[in-house]
Amino acid sequence: MAPVLDIEGLQVRFATPEGEVSAISDVSLRIGAGESIGVVGESGSGKTQLFLAVMGLLARNGRAEGRVRFRGQDILNRPARALNAIRGNRISMIFQDPMTSLNPYLKISRQMTEVLVEHKAMTEADARTRSMALLDKVGIPEPASRFDMYPHEFSGGMRQRAMIAMALLCGPDLLIADEPTTALDVTIQAQILELMADLRRDINAAVVMITHDLGVVAGLCDRVVVMYAGRIVETGGVEDIFHRPQHPYTQGLLRSMPRLDEAKAETLASIPGQPPNLQSLPPGCAFRERCAHAFERCADERPALHDIAAGRAKACHLEAAP
Amino acid sequence: MVNLTADRDALSALAEVEGRSLWQDALARLLRNRAAVASMIVLGVIAVMAVFAPWLSPHPYDEIYWDRIQMPPDLANAHWFGTDGNGRDLFVRTLYGARVSLMVGILATGVSLLIGVSYGATAGFFGGRIDNFMMRFVDIMYSLPFMFFVILLMVMFGRNIWLIFIALGAVEWLTMARIVRGQTLSIKRKEFIEAAHAGGVGNFKIIYRHIVPNVLGPVIVYMTLTIPQVILTESFLSFLGLGVQEPLTSWGVLISEGARVMESAPWMLIFPAVSLAATLFCFNFIGDGLRDALDPKDR
Repeated sequence: MAPVLDIEGLQVRFATPEGEVSAISDVSLRIGAGESIGVVGESGSGKTQLFLAVMGLLARNGRAEGRVRFRGQDILNRPARALNAIRGNRISMIFQDPMTSLNPYLKISRQMTEVLVEHKAMTEADARTRSMALLDKVGIPEPASRFDMYPHEFSGGMRQRAMIAMALLCGPDLLIADEPTTALDVTIQAQILELMADLRRDINAAVVMITHDLGVVAGLCDRVVVMYAGRIVETGGVEDIFHRPQHPYTQGLLRSMPRLDEAKAETLASIPGQPPNLQSLPPGCAFRERCAHAFERCADERPALHDIAAGRAKACHLEAAP
Repeated sequence: MVNLTADRDALSALAEVEGRSLWQDALARLLRNRAAVASMIVLGVIAVMAVFAPWLSPHPYDEIYWDRIQMPPDLANAHWFGTDGNGRDLFVRTLYGARVSLMVGILATGVSLLIGVSYGATAGFFGGRIDNFMMRFVDIMYSLPFMFFVILLMVMFGRNIWLIFIALGAVEWLTMARIVRGQTLSIKRKEFIEAAHAGGVGNFKIIYRHIVPNVLGPVIVYMTLTIPQVILTESFLSFLGLGVQEPLTSWGVLISEGARVMESAPWMLIFPAVSLAATLFCFNFIGDGLRDALDPKDR
């Protein structure tokens, strides 16, 4: 099947006063229709910038190169006018903090109908009907009476539900969720994840889950992409990644996550050291200084992402899983 | 994915509750504010009286009664506010002064609001070179001495009340543009603006739909300061002989005339001064109420 989103050799660089920072280097990724992908990595690994670049939302000093095709159509570096026909319509995005992602001066109803009137040329009345139906679908109780409220009259969980409803309004092909649960408390997180899992079955959209929380990925995604220092270091099916992680970084991430299914309580491990400075990446593997298994080759030659099994790839010189 | 017709049937009763705009909401909240409503009523009365001034008094504003020079309030002859040093009825002159002062205040501020907000929001939103160019132009305008500008206009086009509007509007929008630009710079970095970009909303729609309502709070506060400031500037210009011309008058002219004779004829100062003070007071209360009404969260 033709991929919904096809990223090929994407590079993202930021010009800063201290020199050029390479946020994304040579990332290629294909997302099939209806597929659900988790993109994980620690802060600064480039997971958010990758999809901001896809959406054409990079900061002013950012430059993207490479090729990004959405349903066969080139969308990288297109003018905002052309992208606006796709953004919010065919590709939509859910942001991290529902407290700040809604305009405090506009009612929920206005913010939702705006999208439909803009993209689907619906009448205001039709747009209201559809928006209200979606609010109902994302589990907002009594949507009719809450519809004309302002964002500050909603709780955090309700706002995130409203954000999800807004993202689904136009029936997108691709839904990008940038850490949708990070700003919420744990019980609400669970509800939102459950909602997203439910919705996945109903909508036909491919879903990208950007997160640093592997627990989020486990329940929701088919495939996991692990990023480190602006590169993909490992990809694979969600079961595979969890049970047979191949890259030392992925293993480190998994060990640093508390698990409930293990009999005895283990001490949580952390990955020693800091993520590297993206401004002056040394040759060789970016992870080697934090890696317990590094050897000479790691310092000289950067490991390329290579297939190790069907649907599995890693960027590491180690032959087998350490 | 969602059955529209079924939903429409189910929700048809509810869908009839049309979405009220932000402004209707704000108006409803404003009307609940007693001080603001009282101010609007007082201001409305002053404005209506100013409009119907010729019918409210038997005296024309420029008729000189040689036998009643500088008389205190005299109900028998219908000089409710007394007469001025030239024997003209002060009540009707105060109302004519209200015409000029209110018109200058509202028109000049309106012009400055319109230009300042759109200019500042555009500069702040696009940023970079456009912002630099637009704001340097504002700096240049700022550096022109105001009096020189007004005198230049007078010399070129003759003395004319409309020139006052133009001169005041041309100066007042500069500060407004700076305030709006500063606010826009901080608001355009907010996540809901990024969310609007991600939602495929066009630039100008983002400016007027998402940015302008968010800067209106400070803009309205500044506007309530601008109206009295413009009214006072107009009186200053009139005092220098650059504003309205006799026998037409404004509150500033009446107050400066009254101040000269405040010991012998205090009514000549008191009535115009109280009118001006009451008007400025009302504008401040309305501005305060508007700010509360437009900001649903900060209460």
